[in-house]
Amino acid sequence: MSKMHIHTTINGDQVDFLGSPQQSLLDALRDEVGKLGTKEGCGTGDCGACSVIVDGRLVCSCLMLAAEAEGAEITTIEGIADGDGLHPLQEKFLEHAALQCGVCTPGFIVAAKALLDRDPNPDERTIRYWLAGNLCRCTGYDKIVRAVQDAAEQLAHPA
Amino acid sequence: MGEFAYVAPRNVADAVGVLQDHANNGRRAQVLAGGTDLLVQLRGLDKAPRTIVDVKKIEETNRLDIGGDEIYIGAAIPSAILNENQELKSLLPGLIEAADLIGSTQIQGRASLGGNLCNSSPAADTIPAMIADRGICVIAGSGGEREVPVEDFCTGVGTNVMTGDEFLLGLKFPRPPANSGDAYLRFIPRTEMDIAVAGAGVSVTLDGGGTCTAARVGIGAVAPTPLLVADAAAALVGTAVDDDALAAAGAACSTAASPINDKRGTVEYRRKVVAVLCRRAGAIARDRALAA
Repeated sequence: MSKMHIHTTINGDQVDFLGSPQQSLLDALRDEVGKLGTKEGCGTGDCGACSVIVDGRLVCSCLMLAAEAEGAEITTIEGIADGDGLHPLQEKFLEHAALQCGVCTPGFIVAAKALLDRDPNPDERTIRYWLAGNLCRCTGYDKIVRAVQDAAEQLAHPA
Repeated sequence: MGEFAYVAPRNVADAVGVLQDHANNGRRAQVLAGGTDLLVQLRGLDKAPRTIVDVKKIEETNRLDIGGDEIYIGAAIPSAILNENQELKSLLPGLIEAADLIGSTQIQGRASLGGNLCNSSPAADTIPAMIADRGICVIAGSGGEREVPVEDFCTGVGTNVMTGDEFLLGLKFPRPPANSGDAYLRFIPRTEMDIAVAGAGVSVTLDGGGTCTAARVGIGAVAPTPLLVADAAAALVGTAVDDDALAAAGAACSTAASPINDKRGTVEYRRKVVAVLCRRAGAIARDRALAA
């Protein structure tokens, strides 16, 4: 099967890779690019574990073909932190123990980042609606919501 | 068996050319918009190789044009972009709410009115709303463009009027006159992100005294295709869209429905619920028209 040459920017770096015409962006990120932080949960757009930001929009990378990402700017979980430190969202997920098994966590953090980029001070209802496409089967959602609220607070008022 | 291929034509002629070439040579092509249905199908029920024709790079599928007489919505525009357009939301709030009901934030970033229509599910949320708003499908093909009212587009479960060399460019809606309102409601077993058990879209236009001069009612998930219910609209015209008129419109929806029994609802339940949804959506549409 003929492969396609796909040109993208991932986390600020130019990344070109070869992908099959029917390959999902999720599979390409993991298998062709080696970005293993993006997880596969359901593979059908229900769980949000594979969430990435494409050209400023939060999407399920399992519901997008790699070929559709030609020319796109993609942010994955690997691109959330700046430099060697953790992003406040990552710190607050740790502080609040907002994860157990961790498979859903990259998707939650990428989705929460997309929210805070758009709305730096979301109320709890907004957070819950925005994250409704991300499923966690371990912790429940309260700790996650509190972590996002706390991260928003820290971003607004850095210590 | 053939191979998978992906093409993203830049203009209508190229897209039609690819579709026509496949149709003439017995090769399978499938049009891709946001992909939130197509990619699920690719992984599950239908893995057969095909050429995927991504129409999102075509200007006409992405154009949003709010004119003095007409509103044009490109078939591939994601729901999130529609929902962020305050002018569109104020003109056709019921339609935008229907689009906003579909899926999560992630899905909203991809899913489109055109994709929802072309997937042609009986339970598609935006189709009854588009019917209520007098939507017209703009279809491109080898014979040029043609227009089909939304209520005539779906021909059965998952099927529609488009031939192999055609694809949907966009949807046209007449700009609602003064004192108009629309609304769409659906019933699902939980509060968010599920497939409609029944749905109803209503649009009304009132005169200065609050009497309904024009109405449209579309219903979904209660027949093999979404339906325009002319009798329900007729029950509203000439009234103040009061409780009696709304009850008559609801009853007309129950009569028009030919639902199935499945895990989400029985025939009797769906007939009853579609009437309730029509009544409630009609009241919201009326109140919006009064406030407009």
